[in-house]
Amino acid sequence: MKAPLTINELKEYVMNDPDFILEYVEKIYDVISSIEPKVRAFITLRPREEVIRDAEAVIAKIKSRTAGYLVGCLIAVKDNIITKGIRTTCASRMLQDFVPPYNATVVERLREEDAIIIGKTNMDEFAMGSTTENSAFFSTRNPWDLTRVPGGSSGGSATAVAALEATASLGSDTGGSIRAPAAYTATVGLKPSYGLVSRFGLIAYANSLEQIGPICRSVSDVAVLLDVISGFDPRDSTSIKRGRQRGFYTACMERELESEIKVAIIREMFSDGIEAPVKTIFNSVLDKLESNGFHVEEVSVPELKYALPTYYIIATAEASSNLARYDGIRYGYHIVVEGRSWYDVYSDVRSTAFGDEVKRRILVGSFVLSAGYYDEYYLRASKVRRVIRDRLLRILSSFDVIASPTMPVLPPRFGERITDPLKLYAMDVNTVPANLSGLPAISLPAGFVGNLPVGFQLMSKMFSECELLTISKFIEDLLNIAPAIPELVRHHV
Amino acid sequence: MSKNTRVKIGLEVHVQITSLRTKLFCSCPSNYRGKPPNSNVCPVCLGLPGALPVVNREAIREALKVALALNSKINKLLIFTRKHYFYPDLPKNYQISQYDGMGSLPIAKGGFIRIENDSLSKIVRIRRINIEEDPGRITYPTGSIVTSPYTLIDYNRSGVALLEIVTEPDLESPKEARIFISKLVSILEHLGVTNPELEGAVRVDANISIEGGERVEIKNIGSPKDVEKALQYEIARQSAIVKSGGSVNRETRHWDKGKGITVSSRAKELEEDYRYFPDPDLPPIPISSDLIDEVRSTLPELPGDRIKRLMSEYGLSKYLAHVVVIRSKLLADAFESAVRECGNASTIASILVNELLRWVDECGITIEEGLKRLTTKRICKLVRYLKEKKLSSKLIKEYIKKIITEDIDPDDLIGKGYVSIMDLEYLSNVIEEVFKENPKAVEDAKKNPKAINYLVGQVMKKTMGKADPQLTYELINKRLKENVC
Repeated sequence: MKAPLTINELKEYVMNDPDFILEYVEKIYDVISSIEPKVRAFITLRPREEVIRDAEAVIAKIKSRTAGYLVGCLIAVKDNIITKGIRTTCASRMLQDFVPPYNATVVERLREEDAIIIGKTNMDEFAMGSTTENSAFFSTRNPWDLTRVPGGSSGGSATAVAALEATASLGSDTGGSIRAPAAYTATVGLKPSYGLVSRFGLIAYANSLEQIGPICRSVSDVAVLLDVISGFDPRDSTSIKRGRQRGFYTACMERELESEIKVAIIREMFSDGIEAPVKTIFNSVLDKLESNGFHVEEVSVPELKYALPTYYIIATAEASSNLARYDGIRYGYHIVVEGRSWYDVYSDVRSTAFGDEVKRRILVGSFVLSAGYYDEYYLRASKVRRVIRDRLLRILSSFDVIASPTMPVLPPRFGERITDPLKLYAMDVNTVPANLSGLPAISLPAGFVGNLPVGFQLMSKMFSECELLTISKFIEDLLNIAPAIPELVRHHV
Repeated sequence: MSKNTRVKIGLEVHVQITSLRTKLFCSCPSNYRGKPPNSNVCPVCLGLPGALPVVNREAIREALKVALALNSKINKLLIFTRKHYFYPDLPKNYQISQYDGMGSLPIAKGGFIRIENDSLSKIVRIRRINIEEDPGRITYPTGSIVTSPYTLIDYNRSGVALLEIVTEPDLESPKEARIFISKLVSILEHLGVTNPELEGAVRVDANISIEGGERVEIKNIGSPKDVEKALQYEIARQSAIVKSGGSVNRETRHWDKGKGITVSSRAKELEEDYRYFPDPDLPPIPISSDLIDEVRSTLPELPGDRIKRLMSEYGLSKYLAHVVVIRSKLLADAFESAVRECGNASTIASILVNELLRWVDECGITIEEGLKRLTTKRICKLVRYLKEKKLSSKLIKEYIKKIITEDIDPDDLIGKGYVSIMDLEYLSNVIEEVFKENPKAVEDAKKNPKAINYLVGQVMKKTMGKADPQLTYELINKRLKENVC
C-alpha cells in the first residue's frame, strides 16, 4: 500500500478517500508489529481495535464535514504528558499504574483536531537523561543502529517517528530532550519559546525550563503540530497571552526568505568535547548555506561555559520540589502501610520507586536549595541564567539565528555515557542555552556519519517560530535529507 | 504568675478568606464545610502530576484590603514561594506560600493595630501579611493520634485561601493577646474578608517567652479566649520551671483545648529547613498603584471608626459601643438596623450586649443563629412593649431567653402565660371595659361563680387570646368582690 510520510501527504490521501485512514492504521500497526520488538519505543501502545474505532469516528466526522485539522494522524505522546484514561508513567515505577483522570491541554487540542493518540512513548525517568537509558522499564534502541541510544529524554517519541510507528509525536524539552533524540534519529524536533505551548498536564521536571514540542519527519509537519498545540491556556500561568491563529505556522512554510539570513556561530559551542565528524558535517552545512547567500559569522559568549552548571542547579532545584509529591499515599507506587509511620512509608516508597538518576537529582536539588547554600548555588545560578539570556538576546538582535551542532557527539552505544554522570550531562552543552534563555530552538537532520545521524540546531528570538521554521524549511529543502528513513524500516515504504 | 514577670508574645494568625467563591489556585468551591470527604477536590488542589496552579485574583484584592486596613506597606510584586515539608495533609509536600527573603516577598510588610486594654491604648506592630494555601485535614477515627489504628485525610480544605498575619512580639499579657485578636478579627469581618463564626476560619499560633527563657511556640489555638487561656497556662508552666531553677527550652507545643493544657510536640533545636524558593509555576504579579487605589476606595468603615460613630451618633457608652462592634460585626449591624427601625439606641444596645450575648454563650450557638431568632422585628416589638409598659424590664429578660432558646415571637409568648405586673394594669383596663359592657353578666357572676367564665371569655376575646386565663379569672373574681363591698 501507499505509505504517506508527511502529514500533508496523509491529508491528501484522506481527503480523496476518508476510508484510507483505516488502511493507514493497519499499515502503522503492521510496522509496529515487526519493528517495535527491535526498537521498543512505546511504554503503552493502544490496542489496534481501539484505534480503529477512533478512526471510524473520525471518518464519520469527515463525511459529515465536521472533522478537524489532523484527520488520520496517529500521534505518539511522550509518557510524561497526561492522557485521560491512558496510563501515564513518566517511565518510573513510581507511576507505573497511574491512569490520570484528566487530559493535558496539548492532548485536548490534538483531540479537538481529530488526531488519534496511538500510544505513550518511552523516556528517561521523569525526563532526566539524554539517552532514554534511564527508563525504569527498558531502553529504546536507535532505529539507525540498534546498538546505540536514540538520545533522550524523548527517545521513544523520536524513535516512533523515525521508525514509521507514528505520523508524528510530542516530546518535552527541559535541557534538550526533544532536540537530542531528533538529532540522533534524523527527525525534526522543535523546542518552542517558553510560554508558547501550555504545560498544563506536563508532569513537571523543571517548570521554568521546559516546553512540550513536536517531533516530526519534516519541518512542515512541525509547523502543522505547532499550530494545533500552541496558544494561550488560562490553566498555565506561564503561558503567553497570544491569540491563536489557525494555520499561522503552516502558512510560514509558504514564505520565501526575505533577505540575507545572518547566522551566528558561538565559539564556546565548539569545545574540546565535540567529535570531529560532527564538526565536519556541521561545517559542510554552513558551506552550503554560505553559497546560498547566508551570512555566517563567529561570535563569542564566554559566559556559556557556565551554562551546564547553571542548568543543572536550576533543573535539580526545581525537580527536588516537583517530585516531593510522590509519596505513594494518594496515587502511584503503593506499599503496605499497616503498622508503619507515614515517615517510614514515605522513605520506603521514595527509596524503592525512584531510580538512581532521579534520586541523584533530588539530592542535588535539595542541597542547592537548603538554607545556607541557597545564595551560593540557586541564587547565583539564577543570576548567571539572566546573564546568558541577555547575551544570547543581544546576539539575536543583530543575527537571525544562532547555529550549532545539536549534539557534540554521535549517538553513543548503550552504557557508554550513562555510567559517568558528568560525561552524560556534557552531552547537553549546546541544547541547554535555549532552555535557560527561553528561546525557541530546532534540530534538523544535517547529514550522516556512516549511518549515524547528525543534527543541526538553530535558535532564534523569542516567539519567532515563524521565521525559524521558514529558515528551517529552506535548509531542509537545500539539504534534501528529510524525510530520512532508516534502513530498518525502508522496506515498509 | 507574679505581676512583674516580663512576657513577650507574638502571634501568627491564620485567617481563611471565606468571602471567596473558589480556592486560591483552582476553581473548586472555597466552601468545603459539610461536604462528604474528598468530594471538593480537583487535580490542582490534589497536587496530581501535571496540574498547575492559577492565582485567584479576588484573593489578591481581599489581601490588599487587609493590608490597607492594617496600615501595611504593600509590595509592588506579588511572589509566591514554595515551602517544603513532608506531611500527609499537604498533597504536593510543599505549600504555596510567601516568604520574606530567598528571592521572595510577602504581599505586605509592617503596619499596626491599635488596641484598648482597659483605659490604656496601645499600638501592636504587624510584621508581615502572607497569602498561602490551606492544607487538607487529618482526622483520627477515635479522635486521638495515640489510640487511632489509622489516619484519615480529607483534602476538601486543601487549597483554600489563607492569610497569615504575623505580629511583632509587642503583646505583654494573655489578655492583650485576646484583645488584639478580637480587634483583628473584627477588622477582617468588617472588611468582609472572613466569617469568623465558621469553624476553623481563624487559627492562631502564639510565640511566647518569659524573661530569661527561650521562645516557645503554641500551635493551632482556635478562639481569642483559648489564646488567652493557653498563654496563661504557658506563663504559669514556664514560670514554675524558672522558679525551680530550670530553663525554658525552645520547642513547639500544642494546645489541648479539652484538658486546658499545652503539650510538647517537638523540640525545636534547629530551624526547620523549608527550602523556600519562588514557585516557577507562578510568575510574579505586579501590584499597580491603580489597583491599590481602587481597592482603597472600596474599604468600608472599620471597627475603630464605627465605635466612635456609635458613641457620637447614638450616645452609646464607650463600653457598649466597643462590645457591640468588636464582639461581632453582625451584632453591630443588628444594632443599627433595629435603631433605624424603632429608635431607643441604649435600650437596644443593652438588649444585645446584656441579654443576647448571654444566652448565645450559654446555649453555645453562634451570634448569627441568635440574631436569626432575635430579629430586628422582634427587638422592636420588645422595645415597644417596654415603652407601652406592657412588659417590665425584668420580664424582657425572660422573654429574650425564650426567644433565643425556643425561637418564639414575643406576641406568642404573651398568650403562653408570660404576663407581667405591668400587664395587670393592662388586663385590669380590659376587665373594666368588659364589666361596663356586660352589666347583666356581672350581676350573674356575683350570684353564681360559674358565670364568671363568661366574663373571662370576653376578656380573652378582647385580648385575642393572649391574656392568661388563670390570672384573668383571679382578677375578675377580685373585681367582683370589690363591687360587692
